[in-house]
Amino acid sequence: MAQQTTAGRRYLRAFVSGFFVAVPVTVTVLDRFAYVARVEGASMQPFFNPEGGSKSDIVLLNRWSVRNYQVQRGDIVSIVSPKNPQQKIIKRVIGLEGDFIRTLGYKNQYVRVPDGHFWIEGDHHGHSLDSNSFGPATWTSSSCHR
Amino acid sequence: MGSAWSERRITRWYVEMFRRVLGKTLGFVGYTIQYGCIAHCAFEYIGEFVVCSGPSMEPTIINHDVVFSERMSRHLCKIQKGDIVIAKSPYDPNMNICKRVIGLEGDKVCTSSPSDLFKTHTYVPKGHVWLEGDNLRNSTDSRSYGPIPYALIRGRVCLKLWPPHSFGTLSESPTKRIIKTQSDSD
Repeated sequence: MAQQTTAGRRYLRAFVSGFFVAVPVTVTVLDRFAYVARVEGASMQPFFNPEGGSKSDIVLLNRWSVRNYQVQRGDIVSIVSPKNPQQKIIKRVIGLEGDFIRTLGYKNQYVRVPDGHFWIEGDHHGHSLDSNSFGPATWTSSSCHR
Repeated sequence: MGSAWSERRITRWYVEMFRRVLGKTLGFVGYTIQYGCIAHCAFEYIGEFVVCSGPSMEPTIINHDVVFSERMSRHLCKIQKGDIVIAKSPYDPNMNICKRVIGLEGDKVCTSSPSDLFKTHTYVPKGHVWLEGDNLRNSTDSRSYGPIPYALIRGRVCLKLWPPHSFGTLSESPTKRIIKTQSDSD
């Protein structure tokens, strides 16, 4: 009887200590290193979701490479939508700070990307909520949940 | 025969020492990783200590004050008008700014200075907030760079920790720039 309670208490202690190791490590890895996400919508066709319909591509987001806030033109990035802080959008970086962009449907035809911002566009022009709607985007990374 | 036996003993001693050092190093690395991850979770989801610099929030927060900013309100979308927030600077993501929220999305904010004769107003667009420092004369804020996206906010300042004579919660806005709407009175 005494042996059973000590075994149970040992398992409980092992579980709790394992829990306190696994949860912070997992959360840190998901926040700082890599994150898995599903791409929805047709704004990046034909690169993501080429068939449309019900099959959505699943992508691995590399958070470590953007820890110094540096991207290249042509990279595909995921940011929090400036119009809706609870939603993330995946688009391609077209221009970096200082570049002059000829826009498709933005209020100004030519835009100089300000410091600390970048210009993103979906590959499927016309079906994409991107910088042509809300202007240059900045480094918004984590979304809020209600 | 004697020398071979003592050679084996010396080799075995070296192997044991190596194993012990390796074990201790791995244990140390493991503890570092574990406590590093716990620290990350605490700073990311609970709160962090911030040293403020600059005159833009006087008299509420003075240069070199230490404040505590909590993260949960930001993650739960519960930042309100009148809160002091820490946000990433829209022009340099490595710099943080500390300002007060004057308007949330859809609110009406006054863009003209108090000395202007004709007052101009604008509405804060969806997903953005309007920030202003309490020291209106010496603050670059949304009056210069416009509303910033809500997702740039890092945390809400809830407690001032240093200097000790002004320890405690922070006071309301001294500038009376917040335009109260009908729904705020309840």
